[in-house]
Amino acid sequence: MSDPATLHDTAHAVPPPPLTQDVSTVKLVFTLVFAGVIAGVLLVFAFHATLPAIEAHKAEVLRAAIGEVLKGPARYETLYVLPEGISATLPSGAREKDFEKVFYGFDAQDTPIGFALVAMGPGFQDQIKLIFGFDPRAGRLLGIKVLESKETPGLGDKIEKDASFRTQFEGIAAPLLGVKKGEKSAENEIEMITGATISSRAVVRNLNQAVTRLQPLLLAYLDAQAKVGTTQEESNPKATASTPNRVVPVDADLRSAAP
Amino acid sequence: MTPTPHSQPIQVMAAPHFKGPDSTPQIMWSVVASLCPVIAASIYFFGPSALLVILASCAGAIVTEWAFVRSGPRTLFDGSGMITGVLLGLTLPPGFPLWMAFVGGAFGIGFGKMIFGGLGQNIFNPALLGRAFLQAAFPVAITTWSASGEAWAGSWWHLRGDNFALPLMSPHVVDTLTGATPLGFMKFEHTATSNLDLLLGSVNGSIGETSGLVILVSGAYLAWKNFLNWRIPASIFLSVAGIASVLHAIDAARYPSPIFMLFSGGLMLGAVFMATDMVTSPVTNRGCWIFGIGIGFLVVSIRIWGGLSEGVMYAILLMNALVPFINRITQPRVFGTSVKVRSL
Amino acid sequence: MRKSTAQEDLLRGIWRENPVLVQVLGLCPTLAVTNTVENSLVMGIATFAVLLGSSFFVSLFKRFIPNEIRISVYILIIATFVTVAEMCLEALVPEVHKALGAFIALIVVNCIILGRQEAFAAKNTVWRSVLDAIGSGLGFILAMLMMGSLREVIGYGTFLGIPLFGDSYEPWVVMILPPGGFLTLGVILLTLGYVEERRRANRVSAMSAQERA
Repeated sequence: MSDPATLHDTAHAVPPPPLTQDVSTVKLVFTLVFAGVIAGVLLVFAFHATLPAIEAHKAEVLRAAIGEVLKGPARYETLYVLPEGISATLPSGAREKDFEKVFYGFDAQDTPIGFALVAMGPGFQDQIKLIFGFDPRAGRLLGIKVLESKETPGLGDKIEKDASFRTQFEGIAAPLLGVKKGEKSAENEIEMITGATISSRAVVRNLNQAVTRLQPLLLAYLDAQAKVGTTQEESNPKATASTPNRVVPVDADLRSAAP
Repeated sequence: MTPTPHSQPIQVMAAPHFKGPDSTPQIMWSVVASLCPVIAASIYFFGPSALLVILASCAGAIVTEWAFVRSGPRTLFDGSGMITGVLLGLTLPPGFPLWMAFVGGAFGIGFGKMIFGGLGQNIFNPALLGRAFLQAAFPVAITTWSASGEAWAGSWWHLRGDNFALPLMSPHVVDTLTGATPLGFMKFEHTATSNLDLLLGSVNGSIGETSGLVILVSGAYLAWKNFLNWRIPASIFLSVAGIASVLHAIDAARYPSPIFMLFSGGLMLGAVFMATDMVTSPVTNRGCWIFGIGIGFLVVSIRIWGGLSEGVMYAILLMNALVPFINRITQPRVFGTSVKVRSL
Repeated sequence: MRKSTAQEDLLRGIWRENPVLVQVLGLCPTLAVTNTVENSLVMGIATFAVLLGSSFFVSLFKRFIPNEIRISVYILIIATFVTVAEMCLEALVPEVHKALGAFIALIVVNCIILGRQEAFAAKNTVWRSVLDAIGSGLGFILAMLMMGSLREVIGYGTFLGIPLFGDSYEPWVVMILPPGGFLTLGVILLTLGYVEERRRANRVSAMSAQERA
C-alpha cells in the first residue's frame, strides 16, 4: 500500500489516479465518521445558539396574530382541542404539539372577547393557513389574518394584502357566502377579489368549515365554564383564570397598535 | 473584400424550380383580407374600442418586426407580422388598455417569432404566445369584459373601457359596466346563453371571437383558396362536438350542449385562424386530423375540468409543441418501399 | 499551463467566468427565488457564506481526504454549512426565511459550490481557495441581484419594497411567477451574448484593418 500523503499530492494533480489503488477501507470509514462527528458537533452548537431566537420569533408572530384578530386582548389563554372536547389542561403524558389549540382572549377588564381559531385548507396553489377571531355565542367573526399561503403573487395574495377584503370579515355572522364584487346584498356576504375568485372562495370555505367544526365545541366549553363560574365567581372572580404558565399577557404597545 | 454568396456569378438553387402563382406575401395578405369581415363585425359590436385595440397590437407587432429585420431578410412587408397583430387584437377584450395590447404584439413577434429565426421558424403561434404572455402578466385586465347589450345601447361611440390608460399604469374599471362571458356564466353561475346570440355574436367576450358566423364564412373562403387546411378546423369541430354530445347526454344539467361549446369563447376564431397557421401546424393531412382532435380534446377538458373558463389558447399552444412529433410519426411511405420508414 | 495570480483568482468569478451568467450553473435558485431583490440578496449572501466556508475547509483538509470518498466529504462539509446558514437565517431574518422555503436547504445541491470544491479548492492553497470562493460568491450575488431587481421592478413596481412608479402602476404579474424567471434569465443571457458578439466583431475588424495598414 502506498503512503496516503503522497497519494494525495499526486491525486490532486491533473489526472485523478485509477481507483484500483488500494486504500484501506478502515481509513475511508474512519475519515467519513470523523467528518460526520465534527459536522454533528458543529450543528448542535449552531442549533442551540439559534433556537431561542427562532422560538421567540414564532411565539411573537403567534401573539401578534392573536392580538390582531381579537382586536388587542389584554391576555389570552391557550386551550386544547381534545377528542372529548375543549379543555384548558392536557391529559397527563400528552405532548402539547399533538393537539390543535384555540386561544381565548380577554380584555383589560377581564371580560371575554372571543376565541382565536386556526383554519387550514386548500387554496389555489397550496394550503392556506388562517387565524381568525370568533365569538361563538353571537356566531360572529371578529377579524382574520393569513398566517401562511402560497397564492399567486399580485393576485391570490391579495387575500393577505388587500385590507378592504380582510376588513369585510370583522363582525360578520357565519356561515359566510362569497359573492361577486359590488353585489353584496345580505349581511353575511363577502365580496370576492376581482381576478382572485378561487383564492377568495377558498378563504370563505376554510372559515366556514372551521366554524362548523369548532363552534359546537366552543359553546360546550363556554357552557361548562358558566356552570363552574356561577358557583365560584362570587367568592373569587379570578378563579376561572388558569394557571400562570398558560396566561400570556399581551404587550401594551401591541394593544395600542391594534386598531 | 471577401466574396459574399450574393456576388457569385452563378446562382445554385435547390428544387423545386417551377414557381407557383402564390407567394408568401400574397397568401399572407389574403388572410389579412379575409380577416376584414371579422374586424368589421367586431367594430359593429364593440365600437371604436375594437379598432383601437387591433391597431395597437398591430403597431406592437410591426414595430418589433422592423426592429429585428433592419439587417437580414426583409420580411417586414410580407403581411405575416400584420396577421399576428390582427389576430392578437381579436383575442383581447374591447376595453383593454392600448399600451398592453402594444406590449402583447411586441412580445408575440419578438419572443414568439423572431427569437426562433423569423418567419417559418417558430414553434408556437406568435399571436397566441403574445396573448399567453398578456394573460400571465395582466390577468385582471384581460379578464375584464365590458358588458354588452343594454349598457351600451345608443352609445356606439363610447369607449368600452379605459383604452387610453397611461403606459405602465392600471386602467380604471367601472364595475357596473363589466360582465362575464358566456363561458364564465356557464362555469361559475351555471347559466347558458341563447344559441342565437352566440351565433350572431351579441355577447360579452373578446373583440373578434363573438361572431361565429362571420368567422365561418371567412374560413370557408380561405379553405376554398386552399390557404388553410380544412381538415384542422373540421377535426376540431368534430371532436369538440363529439365529446360535448357524449357529456351532454350523460348529464345535461352539468355539461353544456355541443352547440354552446362550438360557438362560445374563442373556439371559432382559434380553430379557423390560429390552429391553421401554416408554420405551426402539421404538414401531413393525417397529422392535421391528429392535431385537430388533440386540440378539441384539450379545449373540452380545460373548459369543463380546468380552473379556467376558456382553454382554446392553451390547447392550441400545447398541440403546437407536439407538431414536430406528429410530423414525424405521420411521414408518408417513401415511394417504392413497402415498409413505412420511421425515425422516431 | 500558466499559473494564475492571486488577483486573477479573485476577479475571475465575478464577471469573466461568472458562475451564473457565463458558466450557467446554479440555475435552480437563480430562477426560483429571485422574485424580489430582498430574497435574491439573502439567497446570494447565504450561498456566498456556504461557499466561503466550504472552500476554506476543503482546501485546509485536502491532504486528509482520501480521493475515493472526496465527494461524500465535500457534501458533508457543504451540508453542515447549509444547515448552519438555514438556522441563522431563521433566527435573523425569519420573514425572508419563510419566503425562501426549501430553497435554502437546496443550496447543498447548488453545483456552483460543489464545482468550486472539485475544480479549485481541492487543488489549491487555503488562501487562493478563499479568494476564489469570494470571487465566485460575489459573482453569484451579482447575478442574483440583476435577476431580482429586474423582476421586482417590473413585477411589483418596487425596489427593495419602495414603490418606484406610484400607486396606479400596473404590475406585470408574469415577472414574479416562474415563467418570469426564465424570461428574465433568457433576456439577460441574450443581451450579454449580443454585446459580446458585437465586441468580438469589432475586434476582428480592427485587427484586419491593422493588417491591411
